[in-house]
Amino acid sequence: MNDMRTVFAATASSLLDEDPLAAVVLAEISADLFAKAAARHPERVLNVGIREQLMVSVGGGLALAGLRPIVHTYAPFLVERAFEQVKLDLAHQGARAVLVSIGASYDAASSGRTHQAPEDVALVDTVPGFSVVVPGHPDEVPELLRSAVGALDSRSTYVRLSSKANRSALPVWPGLQVVRSGREAVVVAVGPMLSPVLDAVGDLDVTVAYTTSVRPFDGEGLRALLSGSSVVLVEPYLAGTSAYLASAALAGRAHRLLSLGVGRSELRRYGTPSYHAALHGQDATGIRRSVLDFLT
Amino acid sequence: MRTYAELPGLMTVMTGDEKHGPSATSTLDVLWVLYDQVLRVSPDRLDDPGRDRFLLSKGHGPAAYYAVLAAKGFIPESWLAGFGSAGSRLGYHPDRNLVPGVEIASGSLGHGLPLGVGLAHGLLARGLVTSRVFVLVGDAELDEGSNSEAIVYAGAVGLSNLLVIAVDNQSSSYGWGAGGIEAHFAVSGWSAARVSGRDHAALASALSASGSGPRLVVAAVEGKSVEGKS
Repeated sequence: MNDMRTVFAATASSLLDEDPLAAVVLAEISADLFAKAAARHPERVLNVGIREQLMVSVGGGLALAGLRPIVHTYAPFLVERAFEQVKLDLAHQGARAVLVSIGASYDAASSGRTHQAPEDVALVDTVPGFSVVVPGHPDEVPELLRSAVGALDSRSTYVRLSSKANRSALPVWPGLQVVRSGREAVVVAVGPMLSPVLDAVGDLDVTVAYTTSVRPFDGEGLRALLSGSSVVLVEPYLAGTSAYLASAALAGRAHRLLSLGVGRSELRRYGTPSYHAALHGQDATGIRRSVLDFLT
Repeated sequence: MRTYAELPGLMTVMTGDEKHGPSATSTLDVLWVLYDQVLRVSPDRLDDPGRDRFLLSKGHGPAAYYAVLAAKGFIPESWLAGFGSAGSRLGYHPDRNLVPGVEIASGSLGHGLPLGVGLAHGLLARGLVTSRVFVLVGDAELDEGSNSEAIVYAGAVGLSNLLVIAVDNQSSSYGWGAGGIEAHFAVSGWSAARVSGRDHAALASALSASGSGPRLVVAAVEGKSVEGKS
């Protein structure tokens, strides 16, 4: 099975063939995956070298010229290094782009802190006009990418890819979709957290709802699902990133909320993504422990 | 349509100052020459894809810019009096979403040239090969490293529809060395010229020239250090 990054490059290459206004901007990362597309469309596949500020600004300039840019690199270089370009050269201009990152929170665990960006969604969330989608499986990537490019007339989208994926894909849906039903709590699993969540709560009497779309957040869907009072958010990035929206959606209803995600401390450990998932309580064992503590 | 001689009066409506120091007027002549003789833009073709694009990257001190936009009919002169006030569309940094004819919102330095690189690419990708992108920067603005990314890249790919006007009032604390600003562009493959930022004929000639790669025109004006002495 191809990973999300490979599927993304193939889908974006198809979009370049189909849509004369689609464009891709790169800063070396993944340039090899776009070599054939660049040969077919040299004027719309731009590799600016290792220049992430320029990469995002060029995306903004292309949008001002009427194109539909897809801008892509590692999450920390796309969102954190070039944050003012995202804020000003896209949002403030009223220019729109699809930003597609790889690396997620700790896909590059062995590369260390420089290649990790658990804060990315929280940062993008401060920029007006951005949707955020987090695919949970490579097979969900084509439709999510195409929807994001198709929506550029009205909004930008941040697409957060990861090497971590659920065991199987689900149909793409803009809000929460129920995977299994229960009575004691609603557990919301974002993107690739679904498989570990299902493993963690297999014998518990809880509802599990899945979503790939975190901005806008489906607060209405959460209200509709909640029969009791307990909510657990399981996000693959900084813990609590969507807590304020869950709280807002449930304002006026007595509820208790547990927000699971990546911790804020810097671990200074290398190793594998699975090891980091365990350190952050993001594996099935850690999620189960947290949910049981919360419910008892 | 207003004349060049009427621009100071329009600026006075905005600022209330009878006299304008060198900093406020450092861009005035360049802007006038661009809108009067060089740019293929007009109030009746704001959305024409084939228009030239002028990007005021150095968004500070925009009174001269607004005065020229008013003089050329892009904005009503009645807007000028409210400059910077709560109900005004004209802020201390321009916003493309509020002011007709303004192509980018600026203020934070070092964004206009990188945006201009993308815009130049985009126009070529759309087959709009006769449209040019003009970016006005200040010499101290070039301190920002984002410009260096754009200068090297644009030179390497030969974006011949891109022209940068660097208004040089010697305000960068560390300067640009013996070769001046133009040396830093030329080494990346830009053609470069230096003219007086007050000489309309020389400006018009330098800004109208085109070649095989991106072009820099340094418009030299009085040093910022003399501000307040005028």
